[in-house]
Amino acid sequence: MLKKSLMLGLALSLTLSTAAAFAADKVSIVYIPKNTGNPYFDSLVKGFQDACAKLACDFTTAAPATAEATSQIPFITAQTQRGVNVIAISPNSPDALNQVLDRARQKGTLVFAVNGDLVGNFDHRDAAILPVDFTKTGPGQVELLGSMINYEGDIAILSATTDAPDQNTWIAAMNDALKTNPKYAKMKLVATVYGDDDPQKSTTEAEALLSKYPNLKGIISPTTVGVAAAAQVLQSAGKAATIKLTGLGTPNQMRPFVKDGTVSAFQLWSPYNEGLLAAYYAVAVKNGTIKNEPGATLDVPGLGKVTVGPDHIINTQAELTTFDKNNIDKFNF
Amino acid sequence: MSTETHATPQVSAVRDAATPRPRWQVIVFRPETVTFLLLIIAIIVASNLSPFFANFSFILESSTYYSEYSIVALVLTMVIISGEIDLSPASTMALTACTFAASYQAGVPIPAAMVLAVIAGGLLGAFNGLMVIVFQLPSIIVTIGTLTLYRGLAQVLAGDKSIGKFPTWFVGLDYRELLGIPVPVLIFVGASIVLGLIVGMTIFGRQIYQIGTSEVAARHAGIRVRAIKMGLFILMGLTSAVAGLMAASRLGSVRYDLATGGELQMVLMVMLGGTYIFGGRGTILGTFLASWLLVIIATGMTVANIVITSQLTVMGLLLIISIIATNAIYARNQR
Repeated sequence: MLKKSLMLGLALSLTLSTAAAFAADKVSIVYIPKNTGNPYFDSLVKGFQDACAKLACDFTTAAPATAEATSQIPFITAQTQRGVNVIAISPNSPDALNQVLDRARQKGTLVFAVNGDLVGNFDHRDAAILPVDFTKTGPGQVELLGSMINYEGDIAILSATTDAPDQNTWIAAMNDALKTNPKYAKMKLVATVYGDDDPQKSTTEAEALLSKYPNLKGIISPTTVGVAAAAQVLQSAGKAATIKLTGLGTPNQMRPFVKDGTVSAFQLWSPYNEGLLAAYYAVAVKNGTIKNEPGATLDVPGLGKVTVGPDHIINTQAELTTFDKNNIDKFNF
Repeated sequence: MSTETHATPQVSAVRDAATPRPRWQVIVFRPETVTFLLLIIAIIVASNLSPFFANFSFILESSTYYSEYSIVALVLTMVIISGEIDLSPASTMALTACTFAASYQAGVPIPAAMVLAVIAGGLLGAFNGLMVIVFQLPSIIVTIGTLTLYRGLAQVLAGDKSIGKFPTWFVGLDYRELLGIPVPVLIFVGASIVLGLIVGMTIFGRQIYQIGTSEVAARHAGIRVRAIKMGLFILMGLTSAVAGLMAASRLGSVRYDLATGGELQMVLMVMLGGTYIFGGRGTILGTFLASWLLVIIATGMTVANIVITSQLTVMGLLLIISIIATNAIYARNQR
């Protein structure tokens, strides 16, 4: 052991070099997605890259293999050691990263939560860039389905897991809209089921909805796995004409169902725009053109004027993007 | 310690005139030497990969993310030398940490909650031991079972939410330093020295090797095989509980999925350190070196922004190299 530590010390002292910060003239940004191999985050990365190509910032991305709660911690430490100016992260945990993010911020690194926030731990990050105003997601989905079924008939919800926080927020808002808005008085929610974001279970749950509720007119599935599974079920059962489906899906997954008419429209936000906005905001704050505080505004090409909200939350877009056969080919994620 | 004679009496009667191998060979041709060489190579390569790597405090800080696994891996080395295996320690870490957090949330003071967690760890280890020793079930099957069972119980106990808001004195063990070295690293080094001496120098240590080499022979030699194995499983549970508490302190919050997949990292450390998976051979020094090797490789590649898939490939290749080397060396030493 003694020999080992002597050698370690020797090797280190031989190669010791000071970990100087990156060249000061260029803002360096790293983005840490939840995990590798997820096309959703690839699209977000593309947004960062395009912005940095224009703004001349240094951009890199690094991600752990799994989305386990603590898997991003070594990456945050390593990037702090590299001396990057800005760490943008889609956190795998709302609180397990607190300590390591605090340490990064103490060393002067700007920390942005991107696409998901550190819920309940806002003071451990500098700002959050979120996809869309989530309070409008639920009612927006009800309105879209309503327009497809003439605001009349039995509807059902196919969600992710029973405790998925985002989905539960949206479902609560959907229930609220159905109850309080007279426009939806003739729409009746008959069931809310959970496919656990598992393609197999989502398929089974969708099939069960079809057989249990013969009068079903519409399904909302506010999760990418669920909406794709339900579309597949409607397509194979040949029920697409009588039961309308919408939800939150990605264009690449939903393209075949939109092209063959199984699904006429669905919604989501653009992860690309989140990356774009995060990069523009990071560079503006680092260069001192704007202050990182609620009320500050920033003009981003293609997104217009963006305002920093309370708790340093920035919504990339106000309303969800609706995808249908007219615009779906413009998106690739 | 890897040079026990396994030759049967008849053979040794014929070959009793074989010259002993030169002393330098005994010292040099050991599995730990391979681990040590890999460690040196890893340090040199990592230093060349990124200018940000060779910084002592950075490496120490990064190593705190592995200290919890490393400490448990030391005890796991003893379990594997004795011819058994335990795949449940990461789940035990989660369940004991959840026990701690849930009792804290229910109003138990922190020190008492910590004691509760350690007691729970001992009981969980004893349960594994009971299944293996009293019911004579293979430890790999038993602990694959408890791997899932303990994780499930942790989820029942803590639910899907994280439990946190511990007092500040409890949080951030990895930020506390003594002589510039983070406390978890000190605990790991201290545990390595103590366990290294116990395994290498004491009669109890020799008995563990004897059990792993031949349990029947050990029993006939009057070694209390069942008691020792039970003790090792309980020690495994206690150590996992301490590691679970260290993780809770480091993260400042506890969830049922704490240390998910950690058992594989621990087994990787033990294997990379040259411990023989079928028991009877291996050292604490090997595991000690291997856990530093793992830290250096993971940290070096992460700070050099090498994609994670390549990192996993390197880890896998290293494991295969070290297992081949270990086997070759053991085969050579037996000749």
